[in-house]
Amino acid sequence: MLVLEKVVKYFNKGTINEVLAINKLDLIVERADFITIIGSNGAGKSTMLSCMAGTIIPDAGRVVLSDRDVTTWPEWKRARYIGRVFQDPLKGTSASLSIEENLALAMRRGKMRGFAAGVSRQDRDHFRDRLKELGLGLENRLKDQVGLLSGGQRQALTLLMATMVKPEVLLLDEHTAALDPKTAQQILELTQQVVEAQKLTTLMVTHNMRQAIALGNRLVMLHQGEVILDLEGEAKRSLTVDDLLQQFYAIRGETLSSDRLLLG
Amino acid sequence: MTWYAFSGALEQGFVYGLMVLGVYITFRVLHFPDLTVDGSLPLGAAVASVCITNGWDPYLACVPAMLAGFVAGMVTGILNTKFKILHLLASILTMIALYSINIRIMGRPNMALLNQEIVLDPLFALGLTQAVAGPLLFGVLAVAVVGGLIWFLNTELGQAMRATGDNPQMITAQGVDTHKMIIAGVGLSNALVALAGALVAQSQGAADVNMGVGVIVAGLASVIVGETLFGARSIGRRIVAALLGSVIYRLAIALALSLKLGAFSFTPSDINLITAILVVLALVSPQLKQKVQARARS
Ligand SMILES: Nc1ncnc2c1ncn2[C@@H]1O[C@H](COP(=O)(O)OP(=O)(O)OP(=O)(O)O)[C@@H](O)[C@H]1O
Ligand SMILES: [Mg+2]
Repeated sequence: MLVLEKVVKYFNKGTINEVLAINKLDLIVERADFITIIGSNGAGKSTMLSCMAGTIIPDAGRVVLSDRDVTTWPEWKRARYIGRVFQDPLKGTSASLSIEENLALAMRRGKMRGFAAGVSRQDRDHFRDRLKELGLGLENRLKDQVGLLSGGQRQALTLLMATMVKPEVLLLDEHTAALDPKTAQQILELTQQVVEAQKLTTLMVTHNMRQAIALGNRLVMLHQGEVILDLEGEAKRSLTVDDLLQQFYAIRGETLSSDRLLLG
Repeated sequence: MTWYAFSGALEQGFVYGLMVLGVYITFRVLHFPDLTVDGSLPLGAAVASVCITNGWDPYLACVPAMLAGFVAGMVTGILNTKFKILHLLASILTMIALYSINIRIMGRPNMALLNQEIVLDPLFALGLTQAVAGPLLFGVLAVAVVGGLIWFLNTELGQAMRATGDNPQMITAQGVDTHKMIIAGVGLSNALVALAGALVAQSQGAADVNMGVGVIVAGLASVIVGETLFGARSIGRRIVAALLGSVIYRLAIALALSLKLGAFSFTPSDINLITAILVVLALVSPQLKQKVQARARS
């Protein structure tokens, strides 16, 4: 489905600030996998997702999406197959456009855009139905500018936009980290609901170990740009936070540390 | 202000209004500060003038003028997106290059259109004077362009263009190539500016390589005046406000020029100063309003 093959990414290569962010990383994502990704700060989680999305083109290695080698495809071209939700709730929507205009843009992801009206009456009915599923009352505010919405509402909208056209892969990079706990929980439940309903292939980065264990069918831990742990099935289901910490120690010979890794 | 000055200001408000609409697209829709304008206005004037003196129909002559403006805008857009040159610098480079190109097109720094057929002639034939025909024709044209722009900005492509200016990261994630949007948008903007140039040359009877100097500031002033007086959320109303801003800006200039304070009066060369003051006032007034309201509340 989605394959990373010996992917390498340096930042500031050849300078004293050189960082090896991704180090010959291999990962095979199967169709309908829901993978949670953890790792300490700077482990390379965001960089890996960016290599998949095309925001970053790797220095070496290949990115293959459904048998298409997309390694050098620009981000906008890959977007046809990839849905994304960013950590920053402001990044996924256009503040000066209305809710319906944002949804209309998302509805044509990967399709030709022409001189037809951006939002038609049929679209509006469809949008209302989809917004109702969010349960936030946004279905009555189609014409409101998105800039008027709260961070949580915008993140819910971004999630809806990312899945409006079914993506082959859904990439979530700490998409609840900037929200208050209650809203974060709502968005998380919404995520689960959408992923299950559409059987989406999903990669979700999180700093919350409990969350990483509770969600999805597979858990991947990154460290210094490499996959150091990849669990699924029974091994993942029976996992505890203590196991995770011990596994990390066993593999790395050091204690897992991160100022933001939440143990519970 | 005399009736003659009033009608002249109205005419200018509409004809330069086309340029203001172009400036609105770059500055406000794309958030792309584009100074190509100072070169693409005389470019439109030069191309149309050459066509007209070669016997072209004056309306038809506007088509190559707009195309030339579109290409000039595309060059700025390509310099910025493909060659990663800062937008301001990219547009200054195009503007400077256009100075030479415009003289090449005309074969000299300016070109008179006396005794040539111009777009206003059919109206003159109906017995209308310049004071009526100018505002009428250019007013109708400007309103038509406003309608066209509102339509376009609400199409699939137009929405993508607006989102490009607003949040490039988001619209890229929605599968839009922002480079194409910027190149097309700056092109469209300068096509409108060049159209304004083609019409100004005809109404003034000459094209001049220096006729674009400072036009961008007037354009920006008009946009800001429109926003300050009619600031509104919907894109349609914002476009209308830009055109109204242009008309009010020209009327304000005409009014200032007609003022006589004892022995003192403004001259046309003071316009730049007046414009600068206008822009400052417009920029400051929202803050002032807030302060006054805050004081009233406490
Ligand atoms: N644009 C950049 N320029 C330079 N270095 C970068 C850049 N982006 C990331 N890095 C470096 O690459 C490494 C991996 O960063 P990345 O953002 O992928 O980590 P992460 O696992 O997402 O961390 P976090 O948990 O803090 O989000 C880090 O050392 C980081 O400092
Ligand atoms: Mg990160």
